[in-house]
Amino acid sequence: MTLEIIKPGLATTIQDLGRPGYFHLGIPEGGAMDRLAFRAANLLVGNDEGAAGLEAVFMGPEIKFGAEMSVAVTGAEMPMFLDGEPRETWTSFTVKPGQVLSFGFLKTGARIYIAISGGIDTPPALGSRSTYPIGALGGFEGRAIAAGDVIPVGDGSVVAEGRVVPDALRRRPGSPAELRVLTGLYWHRLTEKSQKAFFEDDWVVAPEADRMGYRFRGGQPMEFVDRPQPFGAGSDPSNIVDGCYSYGSIQVPGGLEPIVLHRDAVSGGGYFTLGAVISADMDLIGQLQPNTPVKFKRVEMDEALAARAERKTMISEIRQSLS
Amino acid sequence: MSDIQSPLPGTFYHKPSPEEPPFKAPGDAVAIGDQIGLIEVMKTFIAVTADIAGTFKGYSVDDATPVTAGAVLAELD
Repeated sequence: MTLEIIKPGLATTIQDLGRPGYFHLGIPEGGAMDRLAFRAANLLVGNDEGAAGLEAVFMGPEIKFGAEMSVAVTGAEMPMFLDGEPRETWTSFTVKPGQVLSFGFLKTGARIYIAISGGIDTPPALGSRSTYPIGALGGFEGRAIAAGDVIPVGDGSVVAEGRVVPDALRRRPGSPAELRVLTGLYWHRLTEKSQKAFFEDDWVVAPEADRMGYRFRGGQPMEFVDRPQPFGAGSDPSNIVDGCYSYGSIQVPGGLEPIVLHRDAVSGGGYFTLGAVISADMDLIGQLQPNTPVKFKRVEMDEALAARAERKTMISEIRQSLS
Repeated sequence: MSDIQSPLPGTFYHKPSPEEPPFKAPGDAVAIGDQIGLIEVMKTFIAVTADIAGTFKGYSVDDATPVTAGAVLAELD
C-alpha cells in the first residue's frame, strides 16, 4: 500500500516518537513536535502510538491514497477535504483508492499530524522513521517529502469512521501561550533585574522558529553578572565553556532572543541556558505560529512533575476514550 | 476582482531583495503562476504565486509585514 504526494506542503516530514538514546552523540531525538496530538492521531486509526505518520507545518500537503485506509488528522485546526468534501480533524475517516486529501488555510495552531492505518513503512534509521533533514537521516530518503514521492504504508486494518478525540482532550496553547519554565544551572549569570524581566516581559514567536529551536523576541535585552572570562569560554557574557544542552533548554545568544531547543536541536555548545521549558509544555510550542504572544512562567520542580503527571493522565484518557 | 491570499503565516515581502523593485506594480498583467511576493518563515523564503490571472491592482499589506495564513496579500482586477 502506498501514498502518493501530489503537493508536499512546506516542510512536511515523516515522524514518529523519535530516536532517543543518541543525543549524547549529537543526534537529536527527533520525532513529532506535538507528541500528544501525534499519539492521538495514531490511536484514532488503530495504530500503535509510535507508528510513523506525517507532520506538516503551516500548510497541508495534497495526498492521493493507493488503497483503502483509515486516516485521521490532529493538531492544528486546518480545513480538510477528501475529494473536495469537508472532513473533520481529530476524527477517523476512511479513504478509497484514488481519493485525494487536501487542505485549506491554517486557522489555529501550527502543525497537523496525519496518521494512516498501518503506519508509514519507510526503513527505520537508528530505530526510528523520524526525518532529521540536516543529517539526511530517517524519513523518506532523509528529507522532507516532495511532489511525486510514493510512500510505502504498512499493513493495517480499516477502523470505524467517526472515532473522535473529545474536545476536552485536545490540548492547545492559550493566548498568550503560557510556557512553564524551570530555571537551570546558569540562571545565576543573569542580573536580578533580567531574571525578573524574563518572566514579566511579553514575548512573541519569531518567524525563524523551527524544529530545531523556537526563537522568541520582544522582551528586553538581558544583562549579565560581571565575571572574569572562564578559560575556554567565548568573550560574550552569554558564552560558557561548552556544555550539554537538554531538550527544552533555553539559550539566549548575546542575551537578546531566547531560543527553546526542540526535537531536532543540537546537543551541546557554548551558550548559557537560563533554564528549560517543562516537558509537559513542549507539545504546546509545536503549535505556535510566528508572532504568537508568549509569556514564560516560573515553576518549581514539584509543579513541573505534577504537570507531567497531568499530561500522562490526558494520554491515558485519550487511550480509554478510543479503546 | 480577486484576491491573492497568503498560503501560510510569516513575513510578507513585495520585493525579491531590498534594492529591487516589487514583483508587480499596479496595472501589470498577472498570469497564473506569476510570483507576486515572498513569505519568510523558518529561515526560508517561499514564493507566493498567483492562482488566478488578471491585472494587478495593488498590494493589500505593507512590505515586510507579518501575515497569517489566508490573509489577503494583493488584489487583481
